[in-house]
Amino acid sequence: MELLTSLVIGLLVGAGVYLLLQREVLRVVLGTMLISHATNLMLFISGGVKRGGPPIVGRGIPTAGGGLAYTDPLPQALILTAIVIGFASTAFVLVLAYKAIQSRGSDDMEDLRSVEEPHE
Amino acid sequence: MSNLQLAPLSNLPVLPVVVSLLFAVLLILGHGRLRYQRAVGAAGVLAALVADLILFTTVLREGPLVYRAGDWPAPYGILFVADRLNVLLVLVAGVVGAITFWFAVRSLDEARQRAFFYPLFHVQLAGVYGAFLTGDLFNLFVFYEVTLLASFVLLTLGGERFQLQEGLKYVIINTLSSAFFLVGVAILYRTLGTVNMADLAVKVASAPDQGWLLVIAVVFVVVFGLKAAIFPLYFWLPYSYPTAPTAIAGLFAALLSKVGIYSLFRVFTLIFVAQVSVTHHGLFLVLASFTMVLGVLGPVAQMDFKRILAFHIVSQIGYMLMGLGFYTPVALAGGIYHIVHNMVIKTGLFLTAGATEEVTGTSHLERMSGLLRSHPVLAAVFFMSGLSLAGMPPFSGFFSKLALMVGGLQAGGYLVVAISVAVSFLTLFSMIKIWRYVYWGPDRGERRLDARATSPLVWPAAALLLISVGMGLGASFVFDYSYATALELMDPARYVAAVLGPQAAAVLAHAGL
Repeated sequence: MELLTSLVIGLLVGAGVYLLLQREVLRVVLGTMLISHATNLMLFISGGVKRGGPPIVGRGIPTAGGGLAYTDPLPQALILTAIVIGFASTAFVLVLAYKAIQSRGSDDMEDLRSVEEPHE
Repeated sequence: MSNLQLAPLSNLPVLPVVVSLLFAVLLILGHGRLRYQRAVGAAGVLAALVADLILFTTVLREGPLVYRAGDWPAPYGILFVADRLNVLLVLVAGVVGAITFWFAVRSLDEARQRAFFYPLFHVQLAGVYGAFLTGDLFNLFVFYEVTLLASFVLLTLGGERFQLQEGLKYVIINTLSSAFFLVGVAILYRTLGTVNMADLAVKVASAPDQGWLLVIAVVFVVVFGLKAAIFPLYFWLPYSYPTAPTAIAGLFAALLSKVGIYSLFRVFTLIFVAQVSVTHHGLFLVLASFTMVLGVLGPVAQMDFKRILAFHIVSQIGYMLMGLGFYTPVALAGGIYHIVHNMVIKTGLFLTAGATEEVTGTSHLERMSGLLRSHPVLAAVFFMSGLSLAGMPPFSGFFSKLALMVGGLQAGGYLVVAISVAVSFLTLFSMIKIWRYVYWGPDRGERRLDARATSPLVWPAAALLLISVGMGLGASFVFDYSYATALELMDPARYVAAVLGPQAAAVLAHAGL
């Protein structure tokens, strides 16, 4: 399970980096979204993935060693926070990208280069 | 060993954050009403300042304080820890924030003042206070995001073309750096099973695989380095900050990159100190040298007042990193002194630039001339602030750089010190360039405000200059404080004891041997 998740993370990051290197603004934004999904998954497996273990101490499944298997609840709390924050900034960046495209009349990153001076 | 004890519990460390957030909510409730926004906003800034002062004096009197959310025992719950380093920065952030607020009320156009500027200002302050005071790596991420989201909106407030263009890049770069932050947290949690900074300090010191921890450390250098704008991750800063109105750019200059450099100071004096020769003496000194040099060479070809100042933010960050790189008490004290000095004087310079822009209607150097004749007070404030930035006595910049250089020479880093001296001269050259174009020369070009009408805009910058002069004349007080702080930073056992108790500190001390 962890191997599979790791592969998915790699795939997401790869696709995200590919999209980041594109010239269209929307693709770049999608790239950042994929990468933030990948990091969320990474947080998810940072506590170790256990099948069927509830995230409550003392309520887990009995193991062969006599203990109780339970999942580490902390990464789940972390990932929840990270998802909410990622959602907020994605919403903002989409609106910002829309406004930027409107004001420049182009969705090409090349047109957003900092060549001109900002005064006046 | 008397100072190795559990810090007393207190609600104080979380107070500045709560006060700022509370006033942000109050401001959102009355949004659009200008007089309400100004009055409640001012009350909020002052209330936060009072909270900072109480926190500062209490920590000075009683030593580190810890706030545990919900009274969960130390390594599990959310923690706020106030020690000498962060209460100093919180206090200076409060003072600089209040003065920037004063300038914003007088300079920002009404449309922006109505459009959620004041609530965002307080959210930004709350995020910065939280990032300074938190004792937990994931919580640091959360407060980074609070700060960033507020800064995203503040940077693009008004929606001018350049703001949108640079804002979009700023947002994308910072979203990526947040992703890196989470990667760092995830790997660290997988490796050591904790995100509490004091607990991390103990576990890192006793971890068997130091090579792998070095990899994690470098992930955090990238994350914090991008926020602090150190080489090679500084390219976004000089282009994004100047597009915002000056009051906002001044606030960013004071607070945002300093949060990044504070995080480096915290994490690389507390947690990742097992391989100082690689990270500090190796990586940081090289990065600091490049940051200083490229930051100061960048503005040579620039002709925009605010963009030149923004490049100098980068170059000054190099000095702070140099203090951390040498990792001796004197150099660290110089670095802390320099952070405080720079928060004050950099903001002062931005506010001066803002006042100048209000007068001339432009920030392009070639379109201004002779302000010394028409606006002598403004010119004088810029002149002295510029000298302070370059590091001339009796201003605070001289003493902070002196401490850095003495610390560097003691540590035998002759090349880096030589570079920092050269960069100081180039900084002076840059300030002279602005002086020559804007204030010197014949009195011509547009004048939207006469000298009398400009003075309300000059006072905030003059107040910051006065603080810089005060920190220069009272250099021994500031240096003594910084030196004591540096000694505290060099001894992570004290921080660990304050959070986790003396047993954990003993484990750390044992692992250190």
